[in-house]
Amino acid sequence: MPLRQKIFAIIISLSLLLFIVELVRRKKLREEYSWLWLLTGTIILILALWYDLLQWITHLIGARLPTSTLFFLGLVFLILIAIQFSIKVSELNNQVKNLTQENGLLKNRIEEIEEEKTSTDRNEKRRDYNGEKGEKREI
Amino acid sequence: MNSLAKILTIIPAFNEGKTIAQVIGGIQENAPYCDILVINDGSPDTTAEHAKAAGAKVIHLPFNMGYGIALQTGYKYALEKGYHYMVQMDGDGQHDPQYIKDLLEVVTSGKADVVIGSRFSKNNKTYTYRTGWIKKTGIILFANITSIIIRQKVSDPTSGYQALNRKVAKFYASESYPCDYPDADVIIMLHRAGFQIKEVPVVMHQNRNKKSMHSGLKPLYYIFKMLLSISLTLLRKREPLNQRD
Repeated sequence: MPLRQKIFAIIISLSLLLFIVELVRRKKLREEYSWLWLLTGTIILILALWYDLLQWITHLIGARLPTSTLFFLGLVFLILIAIQFSIKVSELNNQVKNLTQENGLLKNRIEEIEEEKTSTDRNEKRRDYNGEKGEKREI
Repeated sequence: MNSLAKILTIIPAFNEGKTIAQVIGGIQENAPYCDILVINDGSPDTTAEHAKAAGAKVIHLPFNMGYGIALQTGYKYALEKGYHYMVQMDGDGQHDPQYIKDLLEVVTSGKADVVIGSRFSKNNKTYTYRTGWIKKTGIILFANITSIIIRQKVSDPTSGYQALNRKVAKFYASESYPCDYPDADVIIMLHRAGFQIKEVPVVMHQNRNKKSMHSGLKPLYYIFKMLLSISLTLLRKREPLNQRD
């Protein structure tokens, strides 16, 4: 690998790693999502430093150029990250569904309790008015 | 029919302001022993007001979540309130309330756990319902697939006019229920969970006011989604859901 390419790859992977760590440190990114990104950054760094490994992988997967291997690996990681997001979105979807339903049911429960309360208040008032304290009457 | 049984009619409604009051009136007339619950699925129109004025209980969802989710909310409510039997129907006037007693008769007598009102059933003499050809093909296709899988004749798997008991309601309220597009796959799931399914002929009225759930490209998506859902249902392990009580 030409030196220029090597330096460029190292700079990119290091900045990516630092950026992710910084995001996690500032709590902008949750740990559970950071690991796949950190893995990506680390692998780029390893491949940039260890050219023989890259060549070996290139040979292994039957690619012609080491650059194609890098592109290919990059693509695989992007797909993995997209799948991870899809899983999370499905999960969130389900949680939103349950929350919405719960919200509707609770709202209904509150309305019921309020209605019960106003009707018992009304009954009590009527009892007080009739001077029939202690005597229960169905209205 | 056991007069002590508590029965709830569940109507998921999205923008049914024009028809909902009429539907509720029809239920009160034909099945006065039923409580009526309307799930207002975030409709911006007057659905909720009209339903309430007509004498139904109304549950509001804060935004439009779709038919299946609204329906499931109704089942969660019914279970919480201890209803014994539930009838589900549409709020657009497509389902004729005079068949509620036919549906309920089968579940309350214990002949089946869930009854489906079919517009295409063979003993149905009033064969008036017309649909687009893609939807029709879809219905026939899935009616056949479902019938083969559950080894029992099913003529209208898309019908949302159903009556069921508490055991099935528990299944509908569980996480296994496919909220995004409940259809033929639900019947297969019910069968695999060991529930007794029956069909009863009903008449469905055409709805002219509204664009159907099955219009435009939707029928194609419907066919695709159903094929996927049915295959995945078959790949899953059987869950003896009705054993849990």
